[in-house]
Amino acid sequence: MTAEAPPLDREIRDRDLDDAALRAALARTWATRSSLSGWIGEVDHKRIALRFVLTALFFLLLGGSAALVMRLQLARPESGLIGPDLYNQLFSMHGTTMMFLFAVPVMETIGLYFVPLMVGARQVAFPRLVNFAYWMFLFGGLMLWIAFLLNTGADTGWFSYVPLSSLQYSPTKRVDFWAQMVTFTEVSSLAVAVSLIVTVLKHRAPGMTLDRIPLFVWAEFVNAFVIMFAMPSVMIASTLLILDRLVETRFFETSAGGDALLWQHLFWFFGHPEVYIIFIPGTGMVSAIIATFATRPVFGYVPLVLALIATGFLSFGLWVHHMFATGLPKLGESFFTASSMLIAVPSGIQIFCWIATLWGGRPRFHTPLLFVLGFVFIFVAGGMTGVMVASVPIDLQVHDTFFVVAHFHYVLIGGAVFPLLGAIYYWFPKVTGRLMSERLGAWNFGLAFAGFNLAFFPMHILGLQGMPRRVYTYPAELGWGGLNLLATTGALMFAASFALLVVNAVTSYRSGRAAGSNPWGAGTLEWATASPPPPYNFALTPLVTSREPLWSERTALPVVTGLRVDRRETFVTSPAEARPELRDMAVEPSIWPFVAALFSGLTLFGSIYTPWAVVAGSPFIAAALVGWFWPKSAKEE
Amino acid sequence: MRERRVADYSALPDYGFGPKSPMWWGTLGFCALEGMGFAIACATYLYLAFVNPEWPINARPPDLLAGTLVTILLLASVVPNHILKAAAERESIRAVRIWMPVMSAFGAAPLVLRWFEFGMLNIRWDSNAYGSAVWVLLGLHTTHLITDVGDTLVLAALMWTRFGRSGKRFSDVSDNAFYWDFVVLTWLPLYVLIYWVPRL
Ligand code: HEM
Repeated sequence: MTAEAPPLDREIRDRDLDDAALRAALARTWATRSSLSGWIGEVDHKRIALRFVLTALFFLLLGGSAALVMRLQLARPESGLIGPDLYNQLFSMHGTTMMFLFAVPVMETIGLYFVPLMVGARQVAFPRLVNFAYWMFLFGGLMLWIAFLLNTGADTGWFSYVPLSSLQYSPTKRVDFWAQMVTFTEVSSLAVAVSLIVTVLKHRAPGMTLDRIPLFVWAEFVNAFVIMFAMPSVMIASTLLILDRLVETRFFETSAGGDALLWQHLFWFFGHPEVYIIFIPGTGMVSAIIATFATRPVFGYVPLVLALIATGFLSFGLWVHHMFATGLPKLGESFFTASSMLIAVPSGIQIFCWIATLWGGRPRFHTPLLFVLGFVFIFVAGGMTGVMVASVPIDLQVHDTFFVVAHFHYVLIGGAVFPLLGAIYYWFPKVTGRLMSERLGAWNFGLAFAGFNLAFFPMHILGLQGMPRRVYTYPAELGWGGLNLLATTGALMFAASFALLVVNAVTSYRSGRAAGSNPWGAGTLEWATASPPPPYNFALTPLVTSREPLWSERTALPVVTGLRVDRRETFVTSPAEARPELRDMAVEPSIWPFVAALFSGLTLFGSIYTPWAVVAGSPFIAAALVGWFWPKSAKEE
Repeated sequence: MRERRVADYSALPDYGFGPKSPMWWGTLGFCALEGMGFAIACATYLYLAFVNPEWPINARPPDLLAGTLVTILLLASVVPNHILKAAAERESIRAVRIWMPVMSAFGAAPLVLRWFEFGMLNIRWDSNAYGSAVWVLLGLHTTHLITDVGDTLVLAALMWTRFGRSGKRFSDVSDNAFYWDFVVLTWLPLYVLIYWVPRL
């Protein structure tokens, strides 16, 4: 059906149009031109988020490949597959990639896709900023990996301690690439965080009061705040590091009044919350999935929200506690472990509420729920080893061994990757319009769960037997060969489960069962619109009257009118009550954010070699920003 | 799912000032994260001062003149800044067109003085950790100043074009003024750290 769209030379309101004409007009107003400039100037949050997520998954592939090569090297004693120098690069590239290029961006930008949909908005706040963030992220990640291919890969671990990372001990450019990559990705995460916060505060559909915000949205919201207060620290840290290396400042140089521990303080003030930045969105995914597949509202909404907020605060409080309670901080992996100690309280509340929800509901064991159950199991196990490592005698025993490696993979993969996989199966039909295969999904889950445990459980024992982390090989006499081989086998199985995921995604995208708008019978607003959602998300903005609008409004969704359709308009509401305040103009696509990211990228890249790059690059960045903010037509007003 | 039209909000305005506008919240968000960056930089300075028995290390404290003049100028700029903000919120294009250039000048003047400030620090950035710390603090705030002055200049130019008359522009001017207050505010602790802590 092609409806006649009204001409665009006058103000047109949605209320004057019938459904078909409305959609036709919106489609025209909100479409992105299919040209190169349209493509790089994208402002549709869904398309940008999809690029973010796919790029992050690509980096997961790279980081995972690095891990597999390490595992192959460790599979047997005295293996000569790779040497110590490459091994150093591999674990550094792996850790850095997983933390900065995969976990943080993927968890944050799934929110970029679904937060606006779940709050009934047409767009995120500041979509151009978000597009800028994407290009910064892409350039930073590519830079790191291209440098690696040119034998300039990071090799000082994912937290690059000084003095190891100082010019004296790391004279090549490897550390500089690492440090600048940090700046790229943190700028990106910060920009997305601001956008998400303002989206949640100002773009919720009318009626979505604070206590009607979906839990996933709460999680992303709290997470964005943690990002906002944690990331500046690591940006300052990496900037000081590069200044020390490039223009000979003396921040970390003990002989000139600097201090090596300063690095650790700065890094861990970020590094500690970082674990939660990965974990908090995961809990949001779990809440969303559990509610849908238990077919009932989550038990304990208010405690769950409070637990999220508490986790956000604790992620910083713990660092302070660490500083004051123990005098000089014993840093490093113990941060991972201490985190699992204190998080026990809000985590316990969350797990209790989830189980109670499943208990009181009629659970349907589709693939997303399987992954969630896997998450609960692995996460609880990781928490237990966390408590173990936190006790002093065991800590002394296992410090810097594979026990710690096992532990933090349980926490990170259990806390983030399993919920993420569940979320992929859960939201794939919304994004593509097609369901993934349940049969392959079950296999995918089984292989992932078995492979993961096979890979990482033996590492606990290896650690207890004394096998240190970050060594490229070990002598046969120590008898670690068998368990290492087992771990490598598990790692390969885990990798195979991802191959299965790709197969499932590709075949389902081509020929999966059509999903319809709400295949799971879920209650939140992203399921009210078509799958995949149109560029404008909702033809008419929903009026929210409860936490699960699609469950309480069984026959017809209440909606409001009043927006113009001849230009991009969206509602702006008040932060607490979501009372409508404005009809806001949403921006049109623009190539300038891309140009600004390109010049910023070149400037940061150049600054690895000479400080003058900053002087040379700044005017270009400034010009791009002027282009960005300068209005192009009266219609944009 | 079918839809039921229950309310119409055609009468809402299409721009607003302060907390009504998403841009105001975005500006606040950037203030928060930049403020965090400044806090971390200050903490770094204090940490280094704390671990070093001698502070400043091998240097005379910075000369007060340029830095104090900058402080006075910045504090004085708050007055025209608020006149401008009020003009924007009254949507008086004439007043805004006058006060924007005034505020641009108030932004540029400290930048000129800033040049001399670096000279009056009495230490190079590569001499020792103390030198590095003061240079970075001053450098950070300079970057802050430059970006906001740039922003103000562009906006000032915009106000003289046909785009100037739109309500949204006035809202931008008001947010810009709000951000300027923040730029002034962040300077005060830096001023104390750079100029007075070494004199303790
Ligand atoms: C694909 C499955 C994975 C395997 C097989 C794997 C394996 C490994 C191995 C063998 C190491 C190095 C141990 C050493 O010699 O010190 C390591 C380190 C690390 N992994 Fe993984 N890993 C996987 C996934 C992940 C994920 C998903 C994350 C984060 C979200 C992650 C984060 C880290 C970190 C932060 C390090 C420490 C790097 C360093 O020492 O600087 N890994 N991993």
